[in-house]
Amino acid sequence: MRWIWIDKFIEFESGRRAVALKNVTLAEEHLHDHFPGYPIMPESLCIEAMAQTAGILVGEAAKFQEKVILAKIKKAVFFDCIKPGDTLKLEAVIESFAPEAAGTAGKVTCGEKLLAEIDLMFSHIDQNLAGKEFPEENFVFNTGTSVFESLLRDVLSRAGQKAEQT
Amino acid sequence: MAVSRDEIVQKVQEVLVDALGVDDDEVTIEATLMGDLGAESIDFLDIVFRLEKTFSMKIPREELFPAENLMTDSELIHNGKLTEKGLAELRQRMPHTDLSEFEKDPDINKLGDLFTVGAIVNYVENKLNAA
Repeated sequence: MRWIWIDKFIEFESGRRAVALKNVTLAEEHLHDHFPGYPIMPESLCIEAMAQTAGILVGEAAKFQEKVILAKIKKAVFFDCIKPGDTLKLEAVIESFAPEAAGTAGKVTCGEKLLAEIDLMFSHIDQNLAGKEFPEENFVFNTGTSVFESLLRDVLSRAGQKAEQT
Repeated sequence: MAVSRDEIVQKVQEVLVDALGVDDDEVTIEATLMGDLGAESIDFLDIVFRLEKTFSMKIPREELFPAENLMTDSELIHNGKLTEKGLAELRQRMPHTDLSEFEKDPDINKLGDLFTVGAIVNYVENKLNAA
């Protein structure tokens, strides 16, 4: 099982920008402990959700040929709590891209409300630690990208329809 | 448009405060990025990206932080120290850095100390003036 904190992508511009949705629900068990009687989504998991949104954007920009890892949280500022019933919109934009790494800027909103700003850096690990070997299963973009295909299904089918129309 | 050295110093300080989460009074001209300011390898790239944005210029990483890929060449490094050839190579790659102190004992563990705030300011200044 993969640890996935986004439900689907609704926009995806290769190499530039991606928008994902995450529906927060009381069916998520950890919310009952965080905190009893006052369920809010842990901010660390919100950062993880942004890391997945931005990480897939960065991975796709290199056609999933690089091992992409989260290398640095440049900024993570939260303006309000995230509660069950919230539909989070996670928008990530690639700000800089180099052979060995990429930087992204991100916003998390719910409706019109800005909940968080999360800027990240990702490392293309093979370009930085050449020759060092890592277990394949540590990486997301190897054999089983099927999970991501399901996340991207909406945007992919829309892209397909557009292609048919033209 | 000419940018004064003071202005460059101030902007470089801002970049380092943001990238490394340090206080502005820690970012002195002599401060070393790794030793004094606690920079790690990914921070060097972050700094490069931020400098590119701040000064609207393209910075090849090996130009600003050129010592990183010297480490693997046995002709340039012997017993953990840079050889004469290695030093010559370093001088050529880091024209904007004063190497006289390092040359007395060219231990590769001290390479990190060469990356100072002042070296970044010099680099940016040369680059802006050349443009």
